[in-house]
Amino acid sequence: MTMPFYVAPEQMMKDRADYARKGIARGRALVACTYDDGILVCAENPSRMLRKVSEIYDRIGFAGVGKYNEFDQLRIAGVRHADLKGYSFSRDDVDARSLANQYAQILGQVFTHEMKPMEVEILVAEVGHDPTGDQLFHILYDGTVIDETGWAVLGGEADAIGERMGGAWLAGAPLGVAAAAAVGALAGPDRTIPVSDLEVAVLARGNGRRTFRRIEDEELATILAPSESDGD
Amino acid sequence: MTLPLYSPQDDPGPDFAALVRRAGLAPPLPDGAVSALAGPVGPGGLTVTHGTTCVAVRYADGVVMAGDRRATSGNFISHRSIEKVFPADRHSGVAIAGAAGPAIEMVRLFQLQLEHYEKVEGSPISLEGKANQLSQMVRNHLPAAMQGMAVVPIFAGYDLQRSEGRLFQYDVTGGRYEEHDHTATGSGSLHAATVVKLGFRDGLPEPAAIDLVLRALYEAADEDSATGGPDLLRGIFPVVATISAQGFRRVADDVLRDRFVALYESLELARSTATDATTAEGGEPE
Repeated sequence: MTMPFYVAPEQMMKDRADYARKGIARGRALVACTYDDGILVCAENPSRMLRKVSEIYDRIGFAGVGKYNEFDQLRIAGVRHADLKGYSFSRDDVDARSLANQYAQILGQVFTHEMKPMEVEILVAEVGHDPTGDQLFHILYDGTVIDETGWAVLGGEADAIGERMGGAWLAGAPLGVAAAAAVGALAGPDRTIPVSDLEVAVLARGNGRRTFRRIEDEELATILAPSESDGD
Repeated sequence: MTLPLYSPQDDPGPDFAALVRRAGLAPPLPDGAVSALAGPVGPGGLTVTHGTTCVAVRYADGVVMAGDRRATSGNFISHRSIEKVFPADRHSGVAIAGAAGPAIEMVRLFQLQLEHYEKVEGSPISLEGKANQLSQMVRNHLPAAMQGMAVVPIFAGYDLQRSEGRLFQYDVTGGRYEEHDHTATGSGSLHAATVVKLGFRDGLPEPAAIDLVLRALYEAADEDSATGGPDLLRGIFPVVATISAQGFRRVADDVLRDRFVALYESLELARSTATDATTAEGGEPE
């Protein structure tokens, strides 16, 4: 005898959410926070080529965790959206809030209508002209938008990392202190992450029109060095 | 505006110009002929604002680019302080001559094309690639050029792979020609190019290269009515930019003012010594 499958909507949503969360938890986490001259994004990423953190526009950065091809597709769509908007209006009219809303729309739609939800969590950050204007939008796999203040954690073990970050982060700290807090929170007490496994970038107010800048290799080691030796 | 998502089969890739066309934002081509020739235009015709002389010279650390500030519509001066030298990205610049409106639009699209590619792909285009991109844009503009709205740019940049400055000159068909030492474009280019040619030496230091392009624009303005000279009264000077390993840098107006004052003084001195020499030889002073 044949029985039509009935799945309660609650169950269906829960299954999809579990599926997405599992996918996201498999990857490494990422921390973003504000510091005195802008916004710092720090990810654990052994690859130099497949980036998690990147530039969207003059004052807007993007970071994603989860499935690389899915968040990279979103990243490129964001760059296109921002460049087209800046081209048809003005560079000043491109803002993180509207981009975050666009992302939320897409993620929400995919979550409810497609075969499988996107296994991603993304961050859209905008550096303001002064520290009060800094914005961090954290967007979940189901399209939920969270407007974070100070710092945000994306990816697996977000709760534990968030707890450590909440304890270490100070508003208006210099870059070195903020970077040490972020790396410390990512690593936890029993582990140190080598510099080569870190992907760090900033949106720095003092960096001219295009505020996005990667901090790599020796520069990153120098920034992290003094506070690490203090901690030891 | 919605998020531009494309399926992998019809993704426009890192090409911003293609994206603009896909989004329906590219302007349609004009269907009537527009006369951009100098001189008064009869009823029904339009006079297009024209930008004029630009030069670029290779020097020890890279390239220096300069352009005068005048735009003309027929025999009228339509703008005294238009800018024709723009940064294309961190290590390259573009200078334009021709119909000002389409030229400035082309520069805007070109700048975005380079930045867009860099962001989408994660690495910048090579200098050669940038020059080819501009070539395609000039080529696509040919139908408008045939209707009297020609745009003839110069592209110059610092090649990070070869560690040297490079210059590219174009024609209306998109032809791209690499120049070794110097190039000029626009109505006053004949005079400007001659001055640059006579004053050019290999490995010029930066101040000498700046003086050379200023002299070239000064002489072009002296001979060509569509090229504007330095305007000490209003404080309008040519746009001069150096492009080296440190990137695109615009030379400040007060530096240019000092260089022009020095140029005037040297020209004055040259005239008076010439007169003195004639007197000393027993000739009649004028």
